Amino acid sequence: MTDMTAATSSTFSRPRLDVTSDAAKARIRARYRSEYRFRAYGIISLAITTAFVVLLLGDIVRRGVPAFFQHQAVLDVKVPADAFGPADKTPDVAAIRGGDYFPITRDALKAAIPGIEGRSQERVLTRLLSSGAADVLRTKLVENPKLVGTTIKVPLLLSDDADLYFKGEGTKIISRTPVGIATPSGTTGEITVLTGANDFADELALIKKGLADNAAALELDVARFRRSTDAAVKSRVAGMEAEIADLRKRAQAVGGEEVLDSELPSVLVEINGGLVKATKVSASGITGDVLLPLKSTADAKPADWRVIGYTTPEESREIADQDIAFLERLKANGSVENAFNWRFLTGGDSREPELAGIRGALVGSAYTMLVTLLLCLPIGVAAAIYLEEFAPKNRLTDLIEVNINNLAAVPSIVFGLLGLAVFLNFFGLPRSTAIVGGLVLALLVLPTIIIASRAALRSVPPSIKEAALGVGASKQQAIFHHVLPVAMPGIMTGTIIGMAHALGETAPLLMIGMIAFIVDVPGAITDAATVLPVQIFLWADLPEAAFKQKTAGAIMILLAFLFVMNGLAIWLRKKFERRW
Amino acid sequence: MDAMNTTANAGNKTAPAGPSKVIGRDVNVYYGEKHALKNVSVDIPDRSVTAFIGPSGCGKSTFLRCINRMNDTISICRVTGKINIDNQDIYDPTLDVVQLRARVGMVFQKPNPFPKSIFENVAYGPRIHGMAKNKDELEQVVIASLEKAGLLKEVKDRLHEPGTGLSGGQQQRLCIARAVAVSPEVILMDEPCSALDPIATAKVEELIDELRENFCIIIVTHSMQQAARVSQRTAFFHLGNLVEEGPTTQIFTNPQDKRTQDYITGRTG
Repeated sequence: MTDMTAATSSTFSRPRLDVTSDAAKARIRARYRSEYRFRAYGIISLAITTAFVVLLLGDIVRRGVPAFFQHQAVLDVKVPADAFGPADKTPDVAAIRGGDYFPITRDALKAAIPGIEGRSQERVLTRLLSSGAADVLRTKLVENPKLVGTTIKVPLLLSDDADLYFKGEGTKIISRTPVGIATPSGTTGEITVLTGANDFADELALIKKGLADNAAALELDVARFRRSTDAAVKSRVAGMEAEIADLRKRAQAVGGEEVLDSELPSVLVEINGGLVKATKVSASGITGDVLLPLKSTADAKPADWRVIGYTTPEESREIADQDIAFLERLKANGSVENAFNWRFLTGGDSREPELAGIRGALVGSAYTMLVTLLLCLPIGVAAAIYLEEFAPKNRLTDLIEVNINNLAAVPSIVFGLLGLAVFLNFFGLPRSTAIVGGLVLALLVLPTIIIASRAALRSVPPSIKEAALGVGASKQQAIFHHVLPVAMPGIMTGTIIGMAHALGETAPLLMIGMIAFIVDVPGAITDAATVLPVQIFLWADLPEAAFKQKTAGAIMILLAFLFVMNGLAIWLRKKFERRW
Repeated sequence: MDAMNTTANAGNKTAPAGPSKVIGRDVNVYYGEKHALKNVSVDIPDRSVTAFIGPSGCGKSTFLRCINRMNDTISICRVTGKINIDNQDIYDPTLDVVQLRARVGMVFQKPNPFPKSIFENVAYGPRIHGMAKNKDELEQVVIASLEKAGLLKEVKDRLHEPGTGLSGGQQQRLCIARAVAVSPEVILMDEPCSALDPIATAKVEELIDELRENFCIIIVTHSMQQAARVSQRTAFFHLGNLVEEGPTTQIFTNPQDKRTQDYITGRTG
């Protein structure tokens, strides 16, 4: 009987959870493992994203920061009394403004580097300065015309190549102290420098290595040219092979004299306060051109002269040996300074990298964003309120809803075409202006704002609206007094996402002509303007090396603009947010 | 009016405590296809508390929401029949529903203060109805309403703090103050204590009892003890029908209908 009862009860009892069994323990272990794995995936993906963001930002900042600094030569500039008119009376401001500053700045440079002879050296000298070098000087003279006829110390902006050289994009310079006593044969023109010891043996070896490297590079070209089916290309192979043979022979020859050309590293000798660039090198001496004149032909003791090498061949850099010689002299004089480049923030665009500024694009972006915001925030929010709260639920409303969602997915260039056809061609609004850009971007952002605002309105608990209706508020009052304020943070977020999207938008603006090269900072929404992303696009396209830095600098400004906008949005959110 | 009253009285066989404030005749409510309320006729006296009881989904809240036309906000809802307040048909198309809601206040199941300050919560109604000429008057209205809702002592030092920062019971009393502030004639309460603890409930019930002196109060409740405690008259709804209506004591001690008896003794529900 008892057995039977036990049997019956066990038959009907449900399977018991045995927490001590091996299977249960395995299940628990599997569960822990799975949770651990999932957490690990999360951490790994976060780490990867963070690494990429840091890498990206770090790279942009590394490239962009130099754009905010600019080298300039601070020189004593003598302004001749008769530069802007008769010497006996103070010139008027208009004459100072329109004056020719080229000879003034050139003479200032010549005074800083004495002993310059010949037109070619003079030309090199003047190309070291930017075409806007005299701007500071002009401003000073306009402010105080009495300075005309005096000597004033002003910074002169260096050209982009000179600036890049100082930013380390020229060549590596090696300097070696020799052991022998050197004797120069002259102070200017083509001279020889002979030493008592074989001081140039190292240089000679370096040059031979350079010759061998050039031969190897040529061989690679020959191999490629041989595969070519073009007869004209193939015909060049024979000439190149002769060149290779010549290079190899020169590289293998022991001792003797070697001729330098622009494909080989430069060898220079600094002696008696001057600089000589070697054209022929042997172990015991060089023949070369004087870049900076020597003071005398006296013998120089080993401590008084130096052998200098520019490791990058002249042909592979933007800046010539003569330019480097002048710049190094200026630097040695202590007149080169690296100053914050205010012009980059306050100037408009320019074809000269050192004069180009971001302000035009920044103001253009600000105007465009303003037009966009003023248009799409009220329209978007009003549309969202109507669709969410007032619109009758019928097929037409559904159709409109579907199409708003579709609009959000339309490629942005299509909006540009629409803007071109409607705003420019039909309404005849001025081309390339912030108002048209703002209108087009408003079209682009409107669906985003409507969708986000509707979601925000929908997320407001209906009890709020009911409470307002319950005390006798009309539907409109209930929505505007209670629902909208609660939905506002969400609407703000949607708006800012849309605006950030619009700020980075380039394609539609190209269609309405905002890609034009515009030097002036726009003063109104109807002025021709460009925007930050388009400016970045334009600069990235330019061949000058200095524009690479400007591009990165402009990206930094764009990101900063975005951060400011987002910061503002977060601040507004916090301000309007109501705690539940 | 008299004629209507007579019929109603004859039907219910019980005299209302005072003159009828709200009179419903053959009220039917449809939610789309669903027939939620069937031929409800009821007389609700002024200056007393009337409780609607019944199982979930019986239509008591639906009927309550008909009295201030809150059902209008539900697009698929359709109401037929007649509801009069002070002999005025509230479903008259010429009647302004917003004004009606100012006359018929409502307190909801979950406390739903506006996410604004305590003062603003109460002042909102008087302000939109232009009931105060200036700031001082508005302040008087707010103070008087909070006093009436028995909340003034607890909040008078923090009138400008958010209403949502109060406890649940205080929030509900704030909602009552908000409803009282526009001086309605009728106050509808839809399970006002279902989200409150017993102490807060007791306070709200006490308040309802005091408010009875000035208002016609209709309360929907799931708690039969509460109905017994606070109401003078009780109406029992079942499956969309008004089964029985009469003085509370009679409904609870001597129900006429079998369904009422089953419900109050706990056999159905």
